Amino acid sequence: MAKGPYSEKVMDHFMNPRNMGEIDGANAVGEVGNPACGDVMKIFLDIDDAGIVKDVKFKTFGCGAAIASSSMATELIKGKRVEEILALTNQAIVDALGGLPPAKIHCSVMAEEAIEEALKDFYIRKGEDPAIVQKMKEEIKSAATGGN
Amino acid sequence: MAFLDNVAGTKPDSRVVDKMLPFITEHYGNPSAHFYPLGRESFEAVQEARKNVAALIGAEEEEVIFTSCGTESNNLAVKGVLKHNDCKKKHVIISEIEHFSVQNPLISFMNDGYEITKLRVADNGLINLEDLKKAIRPDTALVSVMLGNPEIGTVQYNEEIGRICKEKGVLYHIDAVDGAGHIEIDVNKLNCDLLSLASQNFYGPRGAAALYIRKGTKVASLMQGGHQEFGYRSGSENVAAIVGMGEAAKIAKEEMHIYSAEMQRLGKRLWEGLANMFDFLHFTGHPDRRLPGHVSFWIEFIEGESLLMWLALKGIYAASGSACSSNILAEDEEDLQASPVLTAVGVPDDVCAGSITFSLSRYTTDEDVDKVLEELPGIVTRLCEMSPAYNRGN
Ligand code: FES
Repeated sequence: MAKGPYSEKVMDHFMNPRNMGEIDGANAVGEVGNPACGDVMKIFLDIDDAGIVKDVKFKTFGCGAAIASSSMATELIKGKRVEEILALTNQAIVDALGGLPPAKIHCSVMAEEAIEEALKDFYIRKGEDPAIVQKMKEEIKSAATGGN
Repeated sequence: MAFLDNVAGTKPDSRVVDKMLPFITEHYGNPSAHFYPLGRESFEAVQEARKNVAALIGAEEEEVIFTSCGTESNNLAVKGVLKHNDCKKKHVIISEIEHFSVQNPLISFMNDGYEITKLRVADNGLINLEDLKKAIRPDTALVSVMLGNPEIGTVQYNEEIGRICKEKGVLYHIDAVDGAGHIEIDVNKLNCDLLSLASQNFYGPRGAAALYIRKGTKVASLMQGGHQEFGYRSGSENVAAIVGMGEAAKIAKEEMHIYSAEMQRLGKRLWEGLANMFDFLHFTGHPDRRLPGHVSFWIEFIEGESLLMWLALKGIYAASGSACSSNILAEDEEDLQASPVLTAVGVPDDVCAGSITFSLSRYTTDEDVDKVLEELPGIVTRLCEMSPAYNRGN
């Protein structure tokens, strides 16, 4: 059959989304909307005392790329430490999916942002300043690019 | 496979294909070559096709100009009228749900000081005739309001629109690309001066379309060159496609009352099946004044592209007007836009609505309709479960 606009990996995650649903009693929830298309993505995290993502689930109202991006993102962050998941870029999600059409890159950005929002929520619930998420992200970025 | 995206182009009738093939293989003469049989045969074949297309719409043969596609016909109508030397008027009226090939050619005219009035449509997709009367001015050159809308199925009151235009002495163009070959068309009854139709929408091949130009209507040619198509459209004719269009027109004239009625019956079955399925499914367009076999709707909580993809995976091919699925090969997301037609008929644009259009054809069967009614509930439930907007409780 002729290929569609999406890679096999995208189609696989679209048809069999991983970690779809909600977590009752999640201690971090992030929701982002995409003004470009009106779509919404919601990520639920269960982070333990050691800062490890024990469980993650998502709900997405969106296109094939958005569903696949959220599904892939949950796989990439499950069992990881908070610092590690902050380092997750939308590009890493795109790569893991075997690429996305240019017009659909923003759908993967939503996944990165939903995770970021969830982490802010995590710190707010702990009574801490959510600005730390931004700071940590910037540090990770400059460490990644400032190496030479 | 259930092919329910016929507004994108129908399956060519095998009789049409049979008729065309010799004009690709042995009858390859150029219709302008009148002095040897090979050319003369092609010329006659094109004339024969012209006769059949004219007969389909109640026109004279000399009033039918062959073009390459519906977009070209619409461009020729709109630009041709405005660009003609004798046209001093600088105002055009269209409906807000016209096809891009009517709307976009007008953009450059606006920069040149032309004024465009876009008539609003009601939620059922119909323009208001009183609005039209009020909008017509002494300097109105052209009114262009389509026959059937491919996205929402609504069929306008074209006869009445034509009458109003005639009374006021304004040219009237109908984009009949969706509807021709399925709905009875008589250009004199419709009181139109120009009418576009495309072969691919009534079981003919791609690559041939036509513009009806009423005798005496002044239309400038957009393509300068030889004398083909009475000077309106220079360029060697696509003989095989034109022959195909002619044959499709002939078949349509004879058979459309049969197959359109059947399409209507199947469309109604589909419509009723969907109506009983979910209370958060909303039909678009007019409930009765519709293209035959056209069923369009949107579903709350889920998004068009995902719906479309699942339908395709189940072997059901449909169309969606939602932003996410539009222009997916574009280079950037700015080019993803929800259909202005859906916004015009009140589909909320703050959500990426799950708009779907099923357009049936003469080849659609009861099994195709059954398949949709069987598969859709599962798909919708699945996507609803995934949607943060959907609340099981409500
Ligand atoms: S989420 Fe709407 S385009 Fe991808």
